[in-house]
Amino acid sequence: MNPANLTARVRKMHRGDAARSFLLDLDVELAPGITILFGPSGAGKSTLLDCIAGLTQPDAGRITIDGEALFDSEMKVSMPPQHRQVAYVFQSLALFPHMTVEANVAYGLPKAPEQARSARVAEILERFRVGKLRARKPREISGGEKQRVALARSLVTLPRVLLLDEPLTGLDAELKASIIEDLRAWNAAHEIPIFYVTHSREEVDALGERVIALEHGKIVSEGTPREVLDAPRRRRLAQAAGFENLLSGTVMDLREPDGVMRVRLADATCEIEVPLGHAAPGDRVRVAVRAGDILLATERPRALSARNVLEGKIVSLQRRGSLVVARVDCGALFTVHVTPGAERTLELAAGKKVWLVLKTHSCHFVEG
Amino acid sequence: MNIEALLLSIRLALCVSSILFVVGVPLAYWLAYSRWRWKFLLEAVVALPLVLPPTVLGFYMLLAMGPRGPLGKLWHAAFGHGLAFTFAGLVIASVLYSFPFAVQPLIASFETVDHKLLDASAVLGAGRMRTFRRVILPLSVPGIITALVLSFAHTLGEFGVVLMVGGNLAGVTRTVSIDIYDRVQSLDYASARRTALLLLAISFAVLSAVYGINRRAGRRAWMPGAAK
Repeated sequence: MNPANLTARVRKMHRGDAARSFLLDLDVELAPGITILFGPSGAGKSTLLDCIAGLTQPDAGRITIDGEALFDSEMKVSMPPQHRQVAYVFQSLALFPHMTVEANVAYGLPKAPEQARSARVAEILERFRVGKLRARKPREISGGEKQRVALARSLVTLPRVLLLDEPLTGLDAELKASIIEDLRAWNAAHEIPIFYVTHSREEVDALGERVIALEHGKIVSEGTPREVLDAPRRRRLAQAAGFENLLSGTVMDLREPDGVMRVRLADATCEIEVPLGHAAPGDRVRVAVRAGDILLATERPRALSARNVLEGKIVSLQRRGSLVVARVDCGALFTVHVTPGAERTLELAAGKKVWLVLKTHSCHFVEG
Repeated sequence: MNIEALLLSIRLALCVSSILFVVGVPLAYWLAYSRWRWKFLLEAVVALPLVLPPTVLGFYMLLAMGPRGPLGKLWHAAFGHGLAFTFAGLVIASVLYSFPFAVQPLIASFETVDHKLLDASAVLGAGRMRTFRRVILPLSVPGIITALVLSFAHTLGEFGVVLMVGGNLAGVTRTVSIDIYDRVQSLDYASARRTALLLLAISFAVLSAVYGINRRAGRRAWMPGAAK
């Protein structure tokens, strides 16, 4: 089978209640393999998938697979979903509750002769390791098994594109990884574009392929997981990507030869050095820092390469699993993650004087 | 006890519920899924027999079926005899009278089918007919049973419409409820009592069957008097 390509240029007004209305406006191109669509809930991810599957119509745009138009607002083309050969696994999976696993999987093959159909169904069920569940009803199998059956049901039809809308939520990491491995193995043979929607940073890391980050209906960044997750450009994406510290401040001066700028944190005396961004002195900006990227010291550190050393006081310590979350007041309030071991040896306690160390490149400049 | 009247009633109720099933399923499907803006008007028309006195409905039906009524003329042209005071006329009037009892439970159960299942069916390549046959219909079985049984039971017990449209012709239009009325008028209480008791028993059996089936299916279908 030839590798297929999916292109989608979509404009659609998404009408929710006042706060959640936005314009979905983007242009994506997918090669065979997994592409992750990442963004907070309400960013328009599912709406985009619905447009590709034909469950809803864009206001304008063009969607093609291998050059064939599924939708084209100018040519007045809108193929109904049942003719698109686009498979779609919903978050709810939507297995037919009144049918057995086997009947669910056979549903997409009504025209195949009886024998060929059962052979194909048996083969895909084996491939996704649920062959033994053939005769069961969906309510009689576990969550992970349901997800495998839903994938098998979609893929047995040999679709041209696979859309996955958070299909693996609620599974533990190991189970998730094993299902994804089976999906990859299937796709090694079939080479179709797979669009994988998630709002989970961990899934983005685990899948480790091309990522498109979506926010408020627009693409805000695109690239490898590291590129997308480590360079948040907007506040909400920063939060979605797990930056615990999001500090606002004012740009003091730019030091272009060094590739840095100094930012004074809001209503505080402390200044930090961050990588140069598109900003001018006096601009209000935000700086995002991960709690795990901050070092904590109980004496003033010296002879360090890190440029940002801030003096402060511990406000509170909180144990969260194998992690201690410290809140430190340096004029601005920081959240810092330390290990329980560090908490013990450094004798950390509320009220204790500490120094925070931030590498310049751990401080991410976020557009205002 | 008048067995002839009872058998006539049962024959009428069977005719009416099968016609309502054939007509009601597509109409209910349309009412459940259409986005037509004037749909509510049709919904109101379908529900009208719930609130209209049977005599009012029967009166209009009688006018329509009379020799100068549109339905009567049409029928005469096609079959060479009138429609009023015949079994066929009774069936038509009863179909209208029991309409909401068939259509409302169907709409309610079609509407409760998870919309994602319909989307899933479509992306798996099924058109509307296949989705309806393979997904909506099997998941609506309790509602369909409710619709059949309610229209059957409701027709069995009707009185006003029958009296207006059918009159009281033994073996043709004298249903069991008319027969009971007749017996009471002629002070034959013993016979009336037996027939009434039988009708009560049949109605109770039928309704407990419906509620029982719905309970086993674990779903609540529409019932008369239930808030929708």
